[in-house]
Amino acid sequence: MKLKVATTVNGRRHEHEVEPRLLLVHYLRDNLGLTGTHIGCDTSQCGACTILVDGKAVKSCTMFAVQAEGRSLQTIEGMAKDGELHPIQQAFWDEHGLQCGYCTPGFIMAAAYLLEQNANPTEDEIRKGLEGNLCRCTGYVNIVKAVQTAAKTMSATPAKKATVTAGGN
Amino acid sequence: MAVTQLVGSKIHRREDPRLITGHGHYVDDFTRQGTAFAAFVRSPYAHARVKSIDITDASKAPGVVGVYTARDFKGLLAGTHPAAPAFVAEKKYVPERFPIAEKEVTYQGEIVAAVLAENKSQAADAANMIQVDYEDLPAVMDLEKALEKGSPKAHLDGPDNVCWDFTYTGPEITEAAFKEADVVVTQRVLQNRLAPVPMEPRGVIADYEGFDQKLTIWMSSQNPHFIRLFVSGALGLKESQVRVISPDVGGGFGSKISPYPEDYLVPALSKISERPVKWTETRSESIQNATHGRGQFYDCEVAAKKDGTLLGMRVVQYVDVGAYHGTFGAFQPVACLMAGGAYKWKGISARTIGVLTNRVPTDPYRGAGRPEATHLVERMVDLVALELKMDPVEIRRKNFIQPKDFPFTQNFGLVVDSGDYDKALDKALDLVGYKDLVKKQAELRKQGRYMGIGFSTWIELCGFGPSAATAPATGGIALVESAQVRVTPTGSVIVYTGTHSHGQGHETTFPQIVADQLGVPYESVELRHGDTAEGTAFGYGTYGSRSLAVGGVAISRATGKVIDKGKKLAAHMLEAAEEDVVFEHGSFHVKGSPDKAKAFGEVAFASYGMNLPEGMEQGLEAVAYFDPPNLVWPFGTHIAVVEIDAETGSPLLTKYVAVDDCGNIINPMIVDGQIHGGIVQAIAQALYEEVVYDDETGQLRTGTMIDYMLPSANEIPPILLDKTITPSPTNELGVKGIGEAGTIAASAAVINAICDALSPLGIKHVDMPATPDKLWKMMKEAGK
Repeated sequence: MKLKVATTVNGRRHEHEVEPRLLLVHYLRDNLGLTGTHIGCDTSQCGACTILVDGKAVKSCTMFAVQAEGRSLQTIEGMAKDGELHPIQQAFWDEHGLQCGYCTPGFIMAAAYLLEQNANPTEDEIRKGLEGNLCRCTGYVNIVKAVQTAAKTMSATPAKKATVTAGGN
Repeated sequence: MAVTQLVGSKIHRREDPRLITGHGHYVDDFTRQGTAFAAFVRSPYAHARVKSIDITDASKAPGVVGVYTARDFKGLLAGTHPAAPAFVAEKKYVPERFPIAEKEVTYQGEIVAAVLAENKSQAADAANMIQVDYEDLPAVMDLEKALEKGSPKAHLDGPDNVCWDFTYTGPEITEAAFKEADVVVTQRVLQNRLAPVPMEPRGVIADYEGFDQKLTIWMSSQNPHFIRLFVSGALGLKESQVRVISPDVGGGFGSKISPYPEDYLVPALSKISERPVKWTETRSESIQNATHGRGQFYDCEVAAKKDGTLLGMRVVQYVDVGAYHGTFGAFQPVACLMAGGAYKWKGISARTIGVLTNRVPTDPYRGAGRPEATHLVERMVDLVALELKMDPVEIRRKNFIQPKDFPFTQNFGLVVDSGDYDKALDKALDLVGYKDLVKKQAELRKQGRYMGIGFSTWIELCGFGPSAATAPATGGIALVESAQVRVTPTGSVIVYTGTHSHGQGHETTFPQIVADQLGVPYESVELRHGDTAEGTAFGYGTYGSRSLAVGGVAISRATGKVIDKGKKLAAHMLEAAEEDVVFEHGSFHVKGSPDKAKAFGEVAFASYGMNLPEGMEQGLEAVAYFDPPNLVWPFGTHIAVVEIDAETGSPLLTKYVAVDDCGNIINPMIVDGQIHGGIVQAIAQALYEEVVYDDETGQLRTGTMIDYMLPSANEIPPILLDKTITPSPTNELGVKGIGEAGTIAASAAVINAICDALSPLGIKHVDMPATPDKLWKMMKEAGK
């Protein structure tokens, strides 16, 4: 049995017939070819597959594709606009917030939601806010720094903030 | 090498734009047309006889292409899993290992059957329908019991469970030292078994083209050339018929060095099915089957004088080899050879015993043997200090190898090339504010609070390695490094390295070196790696902090050869003698006449033309292999400050400082990143992580990320870094490795801080991981 699922992903509408058991992360990667969303575990611990669903950070392995029916999704591929990096992406680059890069898309999406909720977080709040994402390379030092830098840039240019919540246009 | 603009500068990483936008190329990110997906059936038992396998239902399941058991691979795959001699030249018993078990399984997770299907869900469904009849056998889990006479055996056919029992130096070498001693301290020190957990699990895509007899493998590896060597051999193909590509790799930490059963089975399945085959490891498969690290214990005695002078050490290392000898599993005994640390000793005796058990094999994990050595010696030195009521700083200073002593031949004949241990220690003491901390500790102790300060004055040997040492250790291939530098007609440069980057940033740092040396724009230099079809005949991969200290030097030498040829050609173009031509800032000019010059780009273009000096071939490219004359020896001081909650036993790291010395630095941002990550992996070993198997049944109890405690940002304290710079005399760049330093240093600092915190309770030693429940129990017990 297959069910229909219609979503908007990074501003583009998609419709597919999928098995009800298909996880959203597999739908993104295998059906839509959006392979920037990674799979790092099978128990929803690592956060590598974090995306925004109607503006909220969600581990896309915790949802079935069919549960995304009618929702607006944003993945890492939807963060840079018109050839310009999102301030969080830029900050990860500037602060060496990644090494192997595998966890990075999940961290960037989780950080986007964190900064949406709290534009000026303390270091503690950043560490707590990102505890659903795991990184094995950086020791988190430069990830925390990157989020702090992004927070500064984004409060200086409020327009950037809006693009995160719009579900990608 | 001249100090120039790029080397030593923070240059943004080139790899990042693709990785931060979701456009990396990890193995699971692509699929060949016509791919069949593989799933493996694995033993749920640690040790069992396989009585029968029923594939009837699975074979008929939707989408199934085929179901395969050991018999199907017998004619296709030859030989046994490679087991390098490494640091143990003689082995007692190395069990044969075929990638898929037929009659006996010896660890939970060992493969017994494979399924190919049209998609991965169908492959997983069909794998679940295979019925395997097992007869459960006793599992060998405890190292000491495994060595007793009459113990059950990890392999039914084995003589016993001793994989190796090797004495480097006997106890007699320490007799004089122990006779002279005022104090002798004895301690057993455990090294918890760890899962490396790179964020990207492994994955293999194989495409065997039968008509061409060519095999292409894409896999998540630190070591594609060695994989080509092993897999081509097993499949009966020439190395030249096999191409291995390791694209973006999501971390390795040692777990992606050795070949795995799937690395042979997936190509074999492609050959059988005449289709591309893809397999992606799940995290649960990874924790269960990827090689583990550490898994050892040490019985150690140290003799010292009243004044704190260290005299002698006796070490016996017990290594949990696991069910099979890991390809580089016998690397871990390097811990014995490094047990003396940064100190001078009259004598050290060392013996290593490798024990076969029914667990997944152990192999190098970030640091491999050197974290164990540091942890051991730094713990033992603190125990001596405690016994003598000496300041841990003073006992270290008293026994350090001194700057004037280098090159220093240590107890096992290894030559420590350079060092200045007091300098790093002084800087770290300043950075942490040691005097104030000691005062604060005294105050807190009065209030009944448990605050501790822990030191690790670590040293490391890395940059494997000199051919004389490494060729025997691998069984013939010296772990030198190769590089090729090619200059195109328009003067852009492509550099090929035999090392592999999976987070280390080689695409950025290696071009920094080449661009400086050639005096060309950084943007015109590209680095390629990770594809056996490109570059030199053989590359040696990335592990043991070798990429810069061996590979970087090879690149620099190949670049030097390009300059040499350019100089000959420039001399011809300038109608000058070669010895009169100087190369500076990207330009060849005649000595004393800077106007008579040819830019590097002009010479490159000319090298493809017709007006060459007699006998010179066209083109501008060079290959170099670098065989380092010695290993390199980084060092430093790490200090951890911890407070333990008296009510809950919970240890809170309140401060962590590290002063490290990796010689000259190419890109300080990347060096700091490597240190951060290494430190946190060792903090994780000290406080959180442990692979736990059931003692009786051998069932893995930490098989998912729910049970295996990887720390998040919320568990980790801010980390303060500083450096000293003592260039290595071993290579012309003056560089040493830094990839493993943090992991080598940090567990000792954390555990020493915890032991210091609990010393008022009479607690002398705590093993890893120092979990709250463990500490709480020890504190209750001590308080009685």
